[in-house]
Amino acid sequence: MTADIGTWLAAFLTLCIFSFLYKDNPFYKFAEHLFVGISAGYWLCYHFWNTVKPNLYDNLVEKGEWQYLLPLFLGICMLLRLFSKIGWFSRWAIAFMIGSGAGIMIITYLQSNFLEQIKSTLVSLDPAGSSWTQVANNSLLFIGVVTGLVYFFFSKAHTGITGGVARVGVVFLMICFGASFGYTVMARISLLIGRMYFLLHNWLGVV
Amino acid sequence: MAPEMRVSIVERLRNIDRRVIFVLVAAAVIIPLLHPLGLPLKSSPPSSSLYREIENLGPGSVVLMAFDYDPATDVELGPMSLALLKHCFSRGHKVVSLALWPMGASLARASFAQTAEEFGAKYGVDYVNLGFKAGGIVVIDSLGKSIHESFPKDVDGTPLEELPLMRNINSYADIDFVLGLSAGDPGLPFWIMIAQGRYGKKVGGGCTAVSAPMLYPYYPNQLLGLLGGMKGAAEYELLIEAKGSATKGMDAQSIAHALIVLFVIIGNLFYFMGRSREKRGGQI
Amino acid sequence: MRREIPLIITFVCGITMIIQFFIPHWPFSDVKSYFQHTYMIIAAFAMILGICNLTRLHIFKIRDRRENWGYSIVLLVGLAIMAIPGLFQGIHEGTMFEFLFKNAHVPMNSTMFSLLAFFVASASYRAFRARTFDAALLLIAGFAVMLGRAPIGDTLTSFMPEGWQMSDLANWIMAFPNTAGQRAIMMGSGLGIVATSLRVILGIERSYLGGE
Repeated sequence: MTADIGTWLAAFLTLCIFSFLYKDNPFYKFAEHLFVGISAGYWLCYHFWNTVKPNLYDNLVEKGEWQYLLPLFLGICMLLRLFSKIGWFSRWAIAFMIGSGAGIMIITYLQSNFLEQIKSTLVSLDPAGSSWTQVANNSLLFIGVVTGLVYFFFSKAHTGITGGVARVGVVFLMICFGASFGYTVMARISLLIGRMYFLLHNWLGVV
Repeated sequence: MAPEMRVSIVERLRNIDRRVIFVLVAAAVIIPLLHPLGLPLKSSPPSSSLYREIENLGPGSVVLMAFDYDPATDVELGPMSLALLKHCFSRGHKVVSLALWPMGASLARASFAQTAEEFGAKYGVDYVNLGFKAGGIVVIDSLGKSIHESFPKDVDGTPLEELPLMRNINSYADIDFVLGLSAGDPGLPFWIMIAQGRYGKKVGGGCTAVSAPMLYPYYPNQLLGLLGGMKGAAEYELLIEAKGSATKGMDAQSIAHALIVLFVIIGNLFYFMGRSREKRGGQI
Repeated sequence: MRREIPLIITFVCGITMIIQFFIPHWPFSDVKSYFQHTYMIIAAFAMILGICNLTRLHIFKIRDRRENWGYSIVLLVGLAIMAIPGLFQGIHEGTMFEFLFKNAHVPMNSTMFSLLAFFVASASYRAFRARTFDAALLLIAGFAVMLGRAPIGDTLTSFMPEGWQMSDLANWIMAFPNTAGQRAIMMGSGLGIVATSLRVILGIERSYLGGE
């Protein structure tokens, strides 16, 4: 068993949180609130030292680049949200972020998540020298994407041929959700393995 | 056994205390950690593909590595970062790291500390940690014009001009490969959209198991390789022949998965037993 | 003033970003770069706003002696012991800030999320039922991926020829049916994001401005 005080602190806090599995209790609540406080403190320091100081303070005060007055002004506008009477000033800063974000999103999503996806789907079903499995898989991919899109097309009632095609789409979507379920289980188990390994290896030293 | 008694056992098993399930899950994880089974491991195509890409970069290539995750997912992405850094340093690549998640900056520091010394990599010469910057996709886009303007100083406040490695690196034009380690948003999808989509850079990386299925549509045209979850990390450890914590966790992962499959099967068995009794007019 | 100016700001910023994509030269490239740096700084202030709001909320909770107010003291102490050394001593290695990050934040954050493993297992036993064909398909795909993406899958199917084992099935599911389904979702949601962004820039979608 380790004698490192930091590891003991980490083990104590780990067990405090695991105690929630028995039932909600003061140890869990203590760790939960401490976690939120420490996270907030961490974010505050990193935003200050990694963004506010080098990107705003140094440019404005040390280098005297006056164009940084606008970000300072909008940043202060954002903080005015704390005061109900003048809180509406924060909308200017929010509008700046929303507008810039939307402008970037339009192009990037259209390019990467739409046009590029069409390009990746419309591949030759039978490229030269391909095996029958490759032909079948490429066909499957094409059918899956098209039928899946038909399922998400709500401007036409899902009856008749459209209904049949959409039904095939549902089959693909279900397999896709099943895969996501499998991967989600995998992720959660991995996190538990990490904590158990910490307790058994770093703290108790039995592994 | 009398039918009433059988009914009561089924009923009791259906409504078993959840803490019994918790104990079984804990045992399924702890026992294989204490007594490893050594189940054989195989790498998947996206992992092998990423390995080949890093392997084929010329010595001295610059790899931009994004640590877009926090300690909650460090058990999945931490081993990946170590394996990728070991591979990069062993091939003589230079690594520039940054984080779009605040905690990623500290985790990057920890990953460098665990790998650099082994390969004799020096800070400022072979690798640099630029730290964290808020803004997600906007930060990624801004690197296309000037890394020095977006990150005037590194994580510890050293001006980039004072770091020899950064003197010749100022935008995507000076980067050979982008590696994103991502636990969500902002993360790997944004690197694909901007670094690959807009600036034509080669992009690969790793993600948590939860987000892996969503990234498959990008592979292999937009995303050259992908490590999904702890299994992806273990596959990369296998490829670089350096077993680490991800490989150690694979037996526990296997047994826990088998247990959960068993839970679903048993749960459904009781469900169908109950349903057939209901159809026959009996009670559960 | 309260509505018109934000709408104008949104429009100008959005249009500038779009134009820059098609004309990546002066003056648009410089304006875009300036907007990007401004964005990063405002994003940092937004996070600081969140922290200030959290602090205020818990100070009020303590002042009013609301239920569980004692834990609010724990939260504020946590914030103070992290922020005070971090702001005055720095965030370098070997500082109090780094010690607390490694030994308090990391274990709590990862344990908090690892609890989900237990609840997923409990839900697997109680809730995941193959009531319909679609649900059965979902579960079968889930089984194949769970077993195929862990070494146990190949061990159980080691009697099968190479290329037909559980991991090969999982790889095939991920590469084809999963990719097809995810791609359909991605294309649908991609178009949705484009449409919403356009509505925001043109001032049709105004919900981000709040009430009044």
